[in-house]
Amino acid sequence: MSAWPAWTVVIPLVGAFASWLVGRKSAFVAIASALATVGVTVVLALEVHARGTVLHRVGGWGAPLGIELRVDGPAALLLVVLGIVTALTSASAVAHFPMGRRRSTFITLWLIAWAGLNALLVSADLFNLYVALELITLTSVGLISLGPSRESIRAALQYLLVAILGSLGYLLGVALVYGECATLDVALAGERLARGTVSSAAFALVAAGLSLKSGLFPLHAWLPSAYANAPSPAAALLSGVLGKAAFVVLYRITGETFPLVLDAAPAQIVGVQAGAAIVWCSLLALRQRRLKMLIAYSSLAQIGYMFLAIPIGTPLARAGALYIAISHAAASAAIFTATGALERASGNDSIDALPGVAQRNPLTFFSLAIGGVNLMGLPPTGGFIAKWLLVRAALESGQWWWAVVVLVGGLIAAAYVFRVLREAFVPAVPLPATADAPQLAEVVSLLLAAVSLLLGVSPSWPLSLAMQSLGEGP
Amino acid sequence: MSQWILYAASAAATVAIAGVGAFVAVEPVRRLLSINIAYSGVFMAFVALARRTTSGEADPVPHALVLTGIVVSVSSTALALSLTRRLVRATERSGRDSSSSPDEREA
Amino acid sequence: MSLETTLPLLVLLTSLVPGVVIFFLPEKRHGIRTLLNVGAAVAKLGLTAVMAAGIAAGHRYETRFRFVPSADLVLRSDSWALMFVVLSAMLWLATTIYAVGYLEGSPERSRFFGFFSLCVASTMGIALAGNLVTFFVFYEMLTVTTYPLVVHRGTREALHAGDVYLRYTIAGGVLLLAGIALVYALAGHGDFTEGGFLAPLGERHRTPLIVAFALLVAGLAVKAAIVPFHRWLPIAMVAPAPVSALLHAVAVVKAGAFGITRVLYDVFGLHFARDLGVTGFLAIAAAVTIIYGSCAALWQSDLKRRLAYSTVSQISYIVLGMAVYGALSTIGGSVHLVHQGLMKVTLFFCAGNLAEELGVHDVHDLRGVARRMPLTMAAFTIGALGMIGIPPVAGFVTKWYLGIGALEAGEGWCVVVLLASSLLNAAYFLPIVYDAWFAEPRIVFRDRVASAEVRLSLLLPTLATAALSIGAGALAGFSWSPLGWAKRIASQELRP
Repeated sequence: MSAWPAWTVVIPLVGAFASWLVGRKSAFVAIASALATVGVTVVLALEVHARGTVLHRVGGWGAPLGIELRVDGPAALLLVVLGIVTALTSASAVAHFPMGRRRSTFITLWLIAWAGLNALLVSADLFNLYVALELITLTSVGLISLGPSRESIRAALQYLLVAILGSLGYLLGVALVYGECATLDVALAGERLARGTVSSAAFALVAAGLSLKSGLFPLHAWLPSAYANAPSPAAALLSGVLGKAAFVVLYRITGETFPLVLDAAPAQIVGVQAGAAIVWCSLLALRQRRLKMLIAYSSLAQIGYMFLAIPIGTPLARAGALYIAISHAAASAAIFTATGALERASGNDSIDALPGVAQRNPLTFFSLAIGGVNLMGLPPTGGFIAKWLLVRAALESGQWWWAVVVLVGGLIAAAYVFRVLREAFVPAVPLPATADAPQLAEVVSLLLAAVSLLLGVSPSWPLSLAMQSLGEGP
Repeated sequence: MSQWILYAASAAATVAIAGVGAFVAVEPVRRLLSINIAYSGVFMAFVALARRTTSGEADPVPHALVLTGIVVSVSSTALALSLTRRLVRATERSGRDSSSSPDEREA
Repeated sequence: MSLETTLPLLVLLTSLVPGVVIFFLPEKRHGIRTLLNVGAAVAKLGLTAVMAAGIAAGHRYETRFRFVPSADLVLRSDSWALMFVVLSAMLWLATTIYAVGYLEGSPERSRFFGFFSLCVASTMGIALAGNLVTFFVFYEMLTVTTYPLVVHRGTREALHAGDVYLRYTIAGGVLLLAGIALVYALAGHGDFTEGGFLAPLGERHRTPLIVAFALLVAGLAVKAAIVPFHRWLPIAMVAPAPVSALLHAVAVVKAGAFGITRVLYDVFGLHFARDLGVTGFLAIAAAVTIIYGSCAALWQSDLKRRLAYSTVSQISYIVLGMAVYGALSTIGGSVHLVHQGLMKVTLFFCAGNLAEELGVHDVHDLRGVARRMPLTMAAFTIGALGMIGIPPVAGFVTKWYLGIGALEAGEGWCVVVLLASSLLNAAYFLPIVYDAWFAEPRIVFRDRVASAEVRLSLLLPTLATAALSIGAGALAGFSWSPLGWAKRIASQELRP
């Protein structure tokens, strides 16, 4: 029984506390915590890959009364990739915020959010998941409110209200499950839960709450303004990493607690929402004139792809959803970081202002382009692998219409991505050196783009983790 | 037995009414109030669930859950209120700077 | 880690690595960039020769990576792959030298040559792909890497051409992906197998298989410029001449035709495809394209556009040859992959020479130009004669085998199509040739600036490919010629 799962939560928490104590010079604490946490997640992933699910009973007490931390293949994969993306994105925050109270607040909040994310990934207990979700929500709100204008505060407030409303649904669903099964353990509840009104109602509440928190159609209107008015590093974190938390909870729960419900109508309803999200939000993205809004709507579409795993239901589909999650994490973090850098250079994030600043900063624009290729689901990025898995899963399960939806989504994505990319080829007046993007942001966005490429070029290791389920060995 | 039904039914009613209120409300403080009341309903549901043990004593787990839930909801409410205050102050400030801006009630 | 497991990957890397490096080179470093470009092209040609010699000696080359479930990333060199690879390697060297000369002094060359190299790397991947997924990965990468080349000049027309190009190729990619996923869902794998692997499924899955075929071919038909998916090709002519040469002789259109060939022979199998009844439709589509392309070429007064429509028509020769059931027509179709490449590249090089040196874009302005640029026009004449099908240029060999093959298969109507097309080709090429040599100039040509009629970096590749066009035809009888190769391929693929 190894303690690694616990360390993934403890290290960022300790780091957060330390950074709060240290105050202004907290960048060093941040770097140390980031390296340590990523290191632990990598070790954990290797162990899971070699020997199967890792179990840790906190304090030696097991379920159903004690807290059990369970890291299976998918959890390990998410821990590593989301951890790397988080670490890199937060590095760019150092470039974005000048040294001062804002920066140290960002670092503290970000570390707590990371602790919450890791707690969510290693938890095997319904209520633990609730606590982790709330931790992520509260810190996300803080991160959004660090923006420069009144709009950021407004966006943070709206985000908070929507998020706790979503948690309400989730909590009520958990109450129903506990009432039926007398246990909060995710797997045990799955064994004891029988098909019936109670389990369907519980699933409906849980799914409704979590899809509100994820921004799934039609409960998506709140998300774009939240992302667009947050400071760029926060937007990158939210869109790439923290925004996936609610979906991961649903992923885990549908796999273990509600497997019986998947054959029924509730799953298909989620599918219709997901399909609508893909098509409708992609079309909305096409109409945007601001780069950040475009990416925000695109993220909504990507969430739709992830939720398609629910109606399709096969292991291949679930692996595809996971792969969307990790590829999009890297890609959207790359895009938001690059956009933030270009925005610093040009003063705004309007698409029409791109030509000059894109030609002045080709590497930054390149990261943006790779992220865009990922959104389209084209090789050699991870987005293509994910698209392939989803399409195959849909065809194999006989539900071929989902494959059509995925492909149509890719087409619309190509339309709005290339609308942005073509701006790099429009001849523009050469800009002065003040139009240079901050170098740290440029490097970070390149590294994030490289992660997305790596996921596309060598997917076999991540996929072997993604498809390794609970209780299985290598 | 009937006591339990009372608790459970009122919990459901509370959540339903407050839930609708949360969606319908426009101003943030109103929304916050509705959400708080809805959470109280959820806690009541948990309390109602605490009745089920073979030994006749109350199940301690839901009690723990309610306590944690109260902590979380109080923190969230505090955060929401402080954000609302900041927003109002920021609006007033900009209202004073550009005196022609209309009185904005937030959505 | 022997040569046998790494050689295909190395062939790919010789253009992938320089491409990436060139992106990071400062714009001013012409010398290093040219050295990298040409050096990489020569290295690739060398490796290709090693591969060819190895295959002739009986070696097998395959690079394999774990990729997705039920599909590894496989780069494998069989005879077909080798034919495409050798053609691409040779023409890449020629086009690189040409492009270095053509783009001298123009901006954004690092960007151009970076994407240029990536484009060729993608083509190599397409040629060497051992299964449908690998094929698709490089096929879509080709789309993405050719876009910057089409819009390179940044003008409004270039950007518009890029938009049209994307609309067609991305939509085609979606159809292709759907088809590939369907094949994998039905058969469990998509590995290219000599003679095809879908025949056993014919009993129970007839309709899904026909749907899969339609999706695959429709997706591939976009790049292969089969009517009605051909519209992007003439519009993409706004790109610089090296791009048109590369797109039309080597990379994009050949990738489409090559893909259709793979689907017909190594996925479905020609016998099974005929049983399904789909080869007839394919042959008709090809025939329509052949005639339509030639007719449309007649109306074009812009030289590059005329050549574009000629390409639309000529690529479908390959498709027609593949779809008609018989060894001889397969030989004709597959050898045209090489012949058309050589001849078309020559023609586009000539068009580029004329544009660069004399500013001539319109067909009517070509009158009397042969006096001013005799070598270029000689090369053009060779290419044109080949397109029409006049010996000893390679095009004659193709038409001969296609015609005889059609008769052998009992599809006499194909001969009519071929003859009609040859006549149309003559109608839009011979007047140009005649006027260039024998008519009086209509506009004033500026005098020579260099010692040769045009920069050597532009002239030498033109002459080289023209010579190869004649060589491929005149020396077709030898076993190492493209024709000999095609014969070998046909005997392998069509074993009953």
